[in-house]
Amino acid sequence: MAVELPENVLLTKLNELVSWCRKNSLWPMPYATACCGIELMATGASRHDLARFGAEVFRYSPRQCDLMIVAGRVAMKMMPVLQRLWLQMHEPKWCIAMGACASTGGLFDTYGVVQGIDRFLPVDMYVPGCPPRPEQLIQALIDLQEKIQREGTITGREFDDPEHQKPKRALRETANAE
Amino acid sequence: MPKQQTIDALDAAFSDLGVSEFRGQLRVVVPRGLIHEVLGTLKEQLGFDMLADVTCVDYLDYRDAKDRFGLVYVLANTETNERIVVRTFVNDPEPTVPSVVDLWEGANWPEREVWDLFGIRFEGHPDLRRIVLPEGFAAHPLRKDYPLQGRGERHNLPVVTRSEH
Repeated sequence: MAVELPENVLLTKLNELVSWCRKNSLWPMPYATACCGIELMATGASRHDLARFGAEVFRYSPRQCDLMIVAGRVAMKMMPVLQRLWLQMHEPKWCIAMGACASTGGLFDTYGVVQGIDRFLPVDMYVPGCPPRPEQLIQALIDLQEKIQREGTITGREFDDPEHQKPKRALRETANAE
Repeated sequence: MPKQQTIDALDAAFSDLGVSEFRGQLRVVVPRGLIHEVLGTLKEQLGFDMLADVTCVDYLDYRDAKDRFGLVYVLANTETNERIVVRTFVNDPEPTVPSVVDLWEGANWPEREVWDLFGIRFEGHPDLRRIVLPEGFAAHPLRKDYPLQGRGERHNLPVVTRSEH
């Protein structure tokens, strides 16, 4: 995934150019399971237009997408399917956990609902809300675009960074407490 | 609205069945051994050709409860628009009930759901396996002695990280 290249100014500018291209054409894969899916559709509709920000087409095939927006609660029966979809997406790829259920399990602290997809998938951006307003989702997309511009490399080296691999703070604290 | 002739026909066919009515809903309590026969009579002779649902209630800590599981069969007559609820009670060590898939094909999935969530076996069911929970799930979660948050099954899935190394 990461190609070994020497670091110089040309490469930095190239990274910036490629990150700019990638951030402005994030094609979402709408993993719309539940109520947040309706808000996702509303964000893609004409009033709050997600296409203004480059998320022009919602591709339903993971092979054609950059960005997976997990909108809605994920049952434990569905989690391996979601992981398979994630693995089918091409690099570089990002993930937005939309809504309370995708971020933490939300309202559904029950035997069948995964308490946050970040337990089993790498997530880049969390959107709070039940459901989040379309403006919140757009803000998350803008923040993700800033993150891509800040950290992006042409070879995808930012994904090898150990900071990205560390489990999230809340999961680490509960692991230490046990 | 249940018709009087349905009640009379049931009383004629089976003795002391526990037919009662409450605010327009007719309810029949059947002992477990007679359930298949009563449902068959309701379907073939009294015209209740639609099985609306099969479900169950767990009376574990309920006051005045004599049996643990109460099965509920909701039948409907599509010609006269009558609805009737048939109840039967089963108990805990190996609760089993004869399946009604031979009467109504549509009972296949509701009975699978009751097996999945309550653990009641249906004898004669062609394909009794879990339907709403994953196959590896080891418990029957809608029983009253199963905790709401589960016993850790929901945390026990493989983790996918970014690196493939």
